[in-house]
Amino acid sequence: MCATGGQEAVDELKAELKENGYDVLDATVLTTSCNDLLTKKELKPLKEAVEDSDLIVSLACGNGVQTLAKLTGKRVVPSNNTLFVGERIRGGVFEETCRTCGACVLGRTAAICPVSRCSKGLLNGPCGGSIDGYCEVDPELKCAWIEIYNRLKEDDRLDLLEEVEPIRSYINVSHPRKLNRRGR
Amino acid sequence: MPSRLQQTLDEGSFAVSAEIAPPKGFDFSHPLEVAKRLWGHVDALNVTDFQSASVKASSLALCIDLIQNGIQPVLQMTGRDRNRIAIQGELLSAAHFGIQNILALTGDHPKTGDNPQAKPVFELDAIGILQTAETLIEGKDLGGNELLGQSPEFFLGAVVSPVFDPIEVQLIQMRKKIRCGARFFQTQGIFSLDVARRFKEQTEGYNTKILYGIIPLRSPGMARFMNRKIPGIEVPNDLIETLEKSENKEQDGIKIAAELISKLKEEKLCDGVHIMAIGAEGNVEKILKEAGLWT
Ligand code: SF4
Ligand code: SF4
Repeated sequence: MCATGGQEAVDELKAELKENGYDVLDATVLTTSCNDLLTKKELKPLKEAVEDSDLIVSLACGNGVQTLAKLTGKRVVPSNNTLFVGERIRGGVFEETCRTCGACVLGRTAAICPVSRCSKGLLNGPCGGSIDGYCEVDPELKCAWIEIYNRLKEDDRLDLLEEVEPIRSYINVSHPRKLNRRGR
Repeated sequence: MPSRLQQTLDEGSFAVSAEIAPPKGFDFSHPLEVAKRLWGHVDALNVTDFQSASVKASSLALCIDLIQNGIQPVLQMTGRDRNRIAIQGELLSAAHFGIQNILALTGDHPKTGDNPQAKPVFELDAIGILQTAETLIEGKDLGGNELLGQSPEFFLGAVVSPVFDPIEVQLIQMRKKIRCGARFFQTQGIFSLDVARRFKEQTEGYNTKILYGIIPLRSPGMARFMNRKIPGIEVPNDLIETLEKSENKEQDGIKIAAELISKLKEEKLCDGVHIMAIGAEGNVEKILKEAGLWT
């Protein structure tokens, strides 16, 4: 969707590298590179190329780059800069909508995320900085909290904004995070 | 003993505070001089916290200087640059020096300041800072640990913008701040009695004290700039025209500010005023004299 990977992008990069005098041993698109077992399996047929390589360029997100480095033991570099978890607004336009903060508040913010869409990531309502509904930090950015207010008002749920949020604990949401759903 | 600001407000007298800023450097002689001249005529000197998100000496440092000179400050505390450990530590340090008045602010974003590369913190917003101060007053820290010795005594304040669209948002935030311990409010600079009258009505019955922000205008350009750039500022056109025609703009700006203060007091539209002279602190004295408050 963002055209940062896929066969076309891989082929393009391969051609470019070749043009610049690099020896490209292989150029493959994995199903996904954040699934350890699946990636291990899909790397098997590429074993020789991986072993002979000096460097692997990954077009995956930051997560995929790390998986590859771990599984191959090779030097892996990212070709992309992982920007954000976002939404495609229209062709070629994307906006950040979730910072995977680990303590979701969407249930009381009219499904508009203040953690990622308010410049200060405020959890308790707006600062005094919005001008005509736009953010003090970026005049082209709508103030997330004014949007939340408008939506809550529409839904007749302003009582949610009236509540004082307890100060957020970062004990369980600090990094690095882990999830084990197996119970052991 | 309660701070002078608290005493004045509690007894229902008209309170005056004036804003001063720590320097970009470490020579405090200018703000200290200004404060010494004003103290006795104002109830508190309000010291900004890295104003405009810019690097300066800290609010706490100048507050300590003031209090050691017998001058009571308001310590401004924003959430921009400190997490909860630093905020609690600074509040306790303030208490150690006998600083009682605390103004809780969310803070401007670093991007709007002179070190835009800085990592923004904002772990606590203004409301969170009030909650934190209240927790300390109760003798505990946010981690639930008991404080040693006496609990600090703070007189907590916050800010509000009377000119804001939609105003309901500001009122909701204000009510939350009151519930979290804000006993006084400083407003964004106001420039008309109508705004004051309207806001008084809107906040009828709120259990807190309101100090209207007063910014003396020095030129029509300054007024237009603030109208365009500063959230919550609305200088009426007739004031800008008056300044345009004026032969002595700075003097007339002082007069306009003094008149507004006198009328606010006369009509009992607020509990006091907070004067922000922004770089021309010498004018605070002139405004107070002109308003008959240099007592
Ligand atoms: S609050 Fe925002 S950042 Fe956090 S999980 Fe929910 S959507 Fe994601
Ligand atoms: S203006 Fe709105 S979006 Fe911008 S920092 Fe303030 S509350 Fe957040």
